[in-house]
Amino acid sequence: MSATVASAPPKAGLLRHIRYVLGENPVTALAFGLFALLVFAAIFGPALVPYDPIAGAGPALQPPSAKHWFGTDSLGRDVFSRVVAATRLDLGMAFAAVAIVFVFGTLAGTAAGFFGGWWDRIIGRIADTLMAFPLFVLAMGIVAAVGNSVESIVIATAIVNFPIYARIARAEANIRRDAGFVEAARLSGFSEGRILLTEVAPNLLPIMMVQVSLTLGYAILNCAGLSFIGLGIRPPTPEWGIMVAEGASTIISGEWWIALFPGLALMLAVFTFNLLGDGLRDIVDPRKRT
Amino acid sequence: MLGVTVRRLAAALPTLVGVVIVTFLLTRALPGDPAAYFAGPAATQQAIAEIRAKLGLDQPLPVQFLDYVQDLLRGDLGLSITTGQPVLHELTTRLPASAELTLLGLLFAGSVGITLGVLAALKQNSWLDNLCRVVATLGVSLPTFFTGLLLIYVFYYLLGWAPAPLGRLDAFASPPPHVTGFYLIDSLLAGDLETFRSALAQIVLPAITLGIFAVAPIARITRGSMLAVMGSDFIRAARGHGLSGRTVVVAYALRNALLPVVTTLGMVFSFLLGANVLVEKVFAWPGIGSYAVEALIASDYAPVQGFVMTMGVLYVLLNLMIDLLYQVIDPRVRLEA
Repeated sequence: MSATVASAPPKAGLLRHIRYVLGENPVTALAFGLFALLVFAAIFGPALVPYDPIAGAGPALQPPSAKHWFGTDSLGRDVFSRVVAATRLDLGMAFAAVAIVFVFGTLAGTAAGFFGGWWDRIIGRIADTLMAFPLFVLAMGIVAAVGNSVESIVIATAIVNFPIYARIARAEANIRRDAGFVEAARLSGFSEGRILLTEVAPNLLPIMMVQVSLTLGYAILNCAGLSFIGLGIRPPTPEWGIMVAEGASTIISGEWWIALFPGLALMLAVFTFNLLGDGLRDIVDPRKRT
Repeated sequence: MLGVTVRRLAAALPTLVGVVIVTFLLTRALPGDPAAYFAGPAATQQAIAEIRAKLGLDQPLPVQFLDYVQDLLRGDLGLSITTGQPVLHELTTRLPASAELTLLGLLFAGSVGITLGVLAALKQNSWLDNLCRVVATLGVSLPTFFTGLLLIYVFYYLLGWAPAPLGRLDAFASPPPHVTGFYLIDSLLAGDLETFRSALAQIVLPAITLGIFAVAPIARITRGSMLAVMGSDFIRAARGHGLSGRTVVVAYALRNALLPVVTTLGMVFSFLLGANVLVEKVFAWPGIGSYAVEALIASDYAPVQGFVMTMGVLYVLLNLMIDLLYQVIDPRVRLEA
C-alpha cells in the first residue's frame, strides 16, 4: 500500500489536492476570482477607464449616474476612473513591501534558526524590539525618519512586518536544522551557508508563501492608513487611502460617494487577500484548517 | 509570586532600552540636517555650525546617545516647533483623551467579542456561529478610518443621532474640573450630568469605530478556546454531576476559555493603539495620535519622536500588565515559572 502512495506522481497529486480544496471550499475559489480581477484592474485599469483619473471630467460633486458610475469628486474628477486607476499603486506598494520583507525576513529568520548562537540572539533581539511598538505607530515613526515619500511607506510597511516573517522562518528552520537532507548535504561537503540557501530556505517556501498572502491584506491597510493621514502620496495621485481622506470632508455634508467607493475597493482588496491566505493555508497545511 | 513578578519586570527592561535606542536611531536617521532646519532657510553656514554645536550634533553618536538618555531622564522630550510648547507637556495633557477612547474601545470590543465568541461556540454551526465567522473575517478587512466615516455618515448625517464629530465635547459645554483627565469620570465626580451626557455622546462613535476592529480577533479566539474547553473531560464531569448549564458555562468553561483571550490582548492593544491614530484623525479627537499626525505633516519631528516613544513605552507596560494578570488568573503559570 505504501508503494502505491509513493509511486503517485507528486505534481498530479498537488493539482488534484488544489482542485479538491477549491471544490470543497467555494469561498477560496471566489477569492482566487477576486484576486484575478484585482490584478487585471492593476495591469489594464489605467488604460481602460472611461475618464482621465487626474483631470476634471464634468461638474463637481455629482452623485452616481449612468455617465459617472461612482459620481464625481469636489474637483469634478470621475470617482470610478480614480478608484480603478488606484489599484495599481495600492497593490504595487503592498506587493513591494511584502516582497522586501519576504526576502529579508525569511533569510534572517532562517539564519537565526539554522545557525543559532549569536545570529539567533541578534536577530531575535531586533525582532523583539520592533514588536515592542504598536505596528502602525512604528510605521509612522519610520516614515517620519526616512522621509515623506511612497518609497518610505513601502519600507516602513516592510520593516513592521519583519518580526512575523523572521519568527516563523526561525521556527521552521530550527526544526530542519539536523533533518536527513541537511545531514546528507553536510556529508557531501556543502558549506553551512550553502546548505542554508539551497537546502533549508527552499524548504520553507510553501509556509512563507501562505504568510505572504496573509500579510498582503495587512500591508494594503497599513499603506492606505499612512496615506490617509497625509503621508507619502501627494494629490492628485489616485490612491484609495488619500481618496477616502478627500471624501472625509464632504461626507459630513452628505456627499457619501467620494469616500465610499475607494473605501469599498480597499475593503474588497484586503478581504480578498485574507480569504486567499486562509485558502492557501488549507492547500499547504491541511492540519490548520478551521 | 513576588519573585516571578520581579523577574517579569526585569525581563521588560531590555525591551524598554530597545525602545529608547530605536527612537534615538529614528531621530538620527532624519533625511535633513536638523541644525539647518532649526536655523531656518536664511541661515549662514556659520549659524548652522553654531546651532549644530549647541544641539550637540557635532559629537560622535555614542555621546549624542548619552545626551539623549540624560534628556529623557530629566523628562525633556524637546520642543514642538509649531506650537513652541515642550513635547512632554503636550503629550501628558493629551494622553487622557487617547486613553479614555482606547479603554472604551477595548471595553466595547471585549464585551461584544467575548459574547459573540461564547454564543458561537455554544451553538456551533448555527446562524450565530456563521455570523461570528463573517465578523471575524470582515472585521480584520475593515479600514478603521473608513468605518469611522461610514458611522459618521449614518449616525450624524442621515439619522442625526450623533453630534458633529469634532472632539470630546460639543461647542457649548466646558470641560469638567480636572481630576483624572477622563471626561466621563470627571464630570460624574463633579456631579455634572449635562457634561457627562455631552462627553458620552461624543465618545460613543469613535469608541465603537476603534472597537469594531478588535472584535474580530477576540471573537475568533474566544470561540476557538471555548470550543476546546467545552469538549474537555472536566466539563463532562460537571455536567454529569447535574450542574445547571449556566453554572457549567459561566463558572467552569468561561473562566478557562478566557485564558487564551488574555494572551491575545497584547496583539489587540497593538491594533488599538495603532488604529487610535486614525480614529483620532477622523473624529478630530484631541489625543496624542492626532497631535503626532499634525506634527508629522508639518515636519515637526520632536513631537513625533516623543509620540513614538510614549506609545512604545505604554505598549511594553501594557504587555507587562497582561503578563502579570495572566499569573493572577492562571495559577499553573506561577508554578511553572
